[in-house]
Amino acid sequence: MYAQMVETGVKSVKSTTEMSSEEQAFQARIDAEIKIEPKNWMPEAYRKTLIRQISQHAHSEIVGMLPEGNWVTRAPTLKRKLQLMAKIQDEAGHGLYLYSAMETLGADRDEEVQKMHEGKAKYSSIFNYPTLNWADMGTIGWLVDGAAIVNQVPLQRTSYGPYSRAMIRVCKEESFHQRQGYEILLHLMREGNDAQKEMVQDSINRFWWPVLMMFGPSDAHSPNSAQSMAWKIKRHSNDELRQRFIDQTIPQLQILGCTAPDPDLKFNEETGHWEYGEIDWTEFFEVLKGNGPCNKERVAQRKKAIDEGAWVREAAVAYANKKQQRNAA
Amino acid sequence: MADWTLFEVFIRSKHGLNHKHVGSVHAADSEMAIENARDLYTRRNEGVSIWVVPSASITATATDEKEALFDPSDDKIYRHAGFYKLPDEVGHM
Ligand SMILES: [Fe+2]
Ligand SMILES: [Fe+2]
Repeated sequence: MYAQMVETGVKSVKSTTEMSSEEQAFQARIDAEIKIEPKNWMPEAYRKTLIRQISQHAHSEIVGMLPEGNWVTRAPTLKRKLQLMAKIQDEAGHGLYLYSAMETLGADRDEEVQKMHEGKAKYSSIFNYPTLNWADMGTIGWLVDGAAIVNQVPLQRTSYGPYSRAMIRVCKEESFHQRQGYEILLHLMREGNDAQKEMVQDSINRFWWPVLMMFGPSDAHSPNSAQSMAWKIKRHSNDELRQRFIDQTIPQLQILGCTAPDPDLKFNEETGHWEYGEIDWTEFFEVLKGNGPCNKERVAQRKKAIDEGAWVREAAVAYANKKQQRNAA
Repeated sequence: MADWTLFEVFIRSKHGLNHKHVGSVHAADSEMAIENARDLYTRRNEGVSIWVVPSASITATATDEKEALFDPSDDKIYRHAGFYKLPDEVGHM
């Protein structure tokens, strides 16, 4: 998802008898749904996994601003431009809430950002796809943020206190993101000309499969899931969340009057769920490895922003010091 | 960001309520911390007043001290109103 395939560094989940007394007390606390707070004892693997997960999540929020930023100057009306800017500003906020939560685990923000720039830390695969037309702003809000919501709602109950509180804050803001996106598409479909309607369908066709990949590989291929579930830093399996997303999205797709690019998509009356076709996991792993359409561009843009903003940060410190000296004098 | 200070942010959401911890921000000084906190934590009228405090200035109880620190109040149930049983005819008190 926003944090896909987070390595736990743990081969198999320990049984109670294999745990030290500290580990037992820690696990008992988690089982009792008592939040772990920064100063509580925690296993090193839990701390490291959370740093990986939360930083990946934070990087995704930050890199996620780039595909949308691409359309700010070309939004069709001033109203749409203001809405898009507000949405993007929220994503910056989400990144910052998450970096703060990550720092409570003793991680250094600059170091973690550096890891992303060096390709050692990941961000969601979805942001490595280009935004080619205006309808993509609608599709991203509706589908990408929609998928993010499905993932983030259960994370509000995650075992680590600061992460859980960041998620609660994030979830409050996501509904605006999804609704503004869906409204963009609905407007194009209901008021638009043929070319505009085609633009919507084209956008959905391009984003559909990459959005389904956001939830990560099938349960059978998620070696880290068991430990993450035991620690309650992941609360549902990838397939479960993906199914939940599809079931809630198809009726919205029908209201738009659009289709999904999946010939195998069909409703199963018995189970009450939508069945979908095979996901191309080769594509997913290629994008994750850095070979997606925009990986290089995204990282280069982030690096540029950090490097070219360095003088502003330095100037702020110089100014703060000068002010302090003046006040002391 | 290494030479910026980490500040904890407290927000009063409405007049008459306490300030409540909401998170943290990095800033070069406290003035900038207020500005950053405004942008980060009050984009939708979430507050009427903001406090920022350098994180390093906060002294906290160690979470593992919980028992030793808070136990003494456990056995003082006579500090609660419900401890005192009064006859019904007294009514609400
Ligand atoms: Fe977000
Ligand atoms: Fe969002």
